[in-house]
Amino acid sequence: MDVTPSAAAPVVRLIEEFHKLPGVGPKSAQRLTYYLLRAPQDEAKALAQAILEVKEKITFCSICQNVTDRDPCLICANEERDAALVCVVEEPLDILALERTGSYNGLYHVLHGVISPMDGVGPEHLKVEELLARLKDGSVQEVILATNPNLEGEATAMYLGRLLRPLGVRVTRLARGLPSGADLEYADDLTLTRALEGRQEMG
Amino acid sequence: MTTPRIYKTEAIVLRQRKLGEAGKIVTLYTPNYGKLDAVAKGVRRPKSRLGGHLEVLTHTAVVVAQGRNLDTVTQAQTVESFGGLRADLHRLSRALYAAELVDRFSPEGAESYHVFQLLLATLRRLVSAKNVDTVLRYLEMQLLGLAGFQPQLARCVNCERALAAAPSHFSPDAGGVLCPSCGPEGAGSRTLSLNALKVMRLLQSGSFAEVSRVRVASALAQEIEMHLRAYLIHVLERDVRSAAFIDRLRREDFWQPAGVSS
Ligand SMILES: [Zn+2]
Ligand SMILES: [Zn+2]
Repeated sequence: MDVTPSAAAPVVRLIEEFHKLPGVGPKSAQRLTYYLLRAPQDEAKALAQAILEVKEKITFCSICQNVTDRDPCLICANEERDAALVCVVEEPLDILALERTGSYNGLYHVLHGVISPMDGVGPEHLKVEELLARLKDGSVQEVILATNPNLEGEATAMYLGRLLRPLGVRVTRLARGLPSGADLEYADDLTLTRALEGRQEMG
Repeated sequence: MTTPRIYKTEAIVLRQRKLGEAGKIVTLYTPNYGKLDAVAKGVRRPKSRLGGHLEVLTHTAVVVAQGRNLDTVTQAQTVESFGGLRADLHRLSRALYAAELVDRFSPEGAESYHVFQLLLATLRRLVSAKNVDTVLRYLEMQLLGLAGFQPQLARCVNCERALAAAPSHFSPDAGGVLCPSCGPEGAGSRTLSLNALKVMRLLQSGSFAEVSRVRVASALAQEIEMHLRAYLIHVLERDVRSAAFIDRLRREDFWQPAGVSS
């Protein structure tokens, strides 16, 4: 590949943009950039368009805060799902993991993060107010706290537990089938199903 | 100290951040090598043998392999997990504050035996101490001393005269106490009560056992916390972020009905 220094500025820029993405190191950023340089024009255009479309068409569900292209989202709008049950997760990816198990039929609530005091992330930065608003009319009977079984996930669950319990709603936590330090996102279906079924009252 | 290519060390995990596919970078505090960052591969996968042994606030024994850019943790075994911290939001919030403070005070690779022992003792105290905030004040003052920022509490920082038994001023800018005739100086200094001065001196030169025997009323505890926080912000040139969460828990306890705080 022949990239002269004067032509390199856009290349450098694209490498930098890729490098900003989670999980993309400098090497991968270079590889992706040079792949696209060699790829047909159409492929590059399709990628660029898909990125723009995601930003333009995808919003957050006004009920569960999940990413969606319609509001309310497909899960919240599905009347066959149990609206008395709300499972609180950190990220939209966790919903994918739980849906994959096929063993959960309630609704969700996405916090979009976890409490991380050292990084300056407090409850006010998460979708906590939105969760409290959902509990006001009394139709939700149980909130399952499905944050990750690591320190920040546990801290978030404890914080929410003490916030929600006085409201009279049943608050449960996923069972200890998931080893500590692990992410929900990577758990297999069977482990997740067991963790859901064995959920316990927060004490 | 030159570090061997593969080395074994005790460590306390100060913090973590996600790295790539299922990995993390852990910030470790060690007795001999100071603070260091190391890659822990695959720890976010449930089958990882390392993950549970590298959680934040774990005292762990690790084997680290030096890399060109970053070191890698190849083995980890929990020594002490401080379960009592993880089950109680008040204790946990203080422990996170302790870890952040040690992180902020420690440039990478600096000699660290005493700081390591201080942090370890602090985490153990936080598991069971009746007053978790006293544990933090002791940590703050001791850490300031170890880092060479010991505030001057014996005499006036300006005229160097011994302090009389009277209220004086604490000035973060000046690095200690200003006597009534020298202070207040500038906007940064605040009135320092005689009792606060006495307790702060004890925090500086007493043992933790001595400190914990002193009963400190809540208004006095608040005053001491205010002076120390102002001084820490001055020394570190930034806020200690975890303090906001502690403040929040206190506020919410205040308006929550009794008995529901965990
Ligand atoms: Zn929804
Ligand atoms: Zn003076």
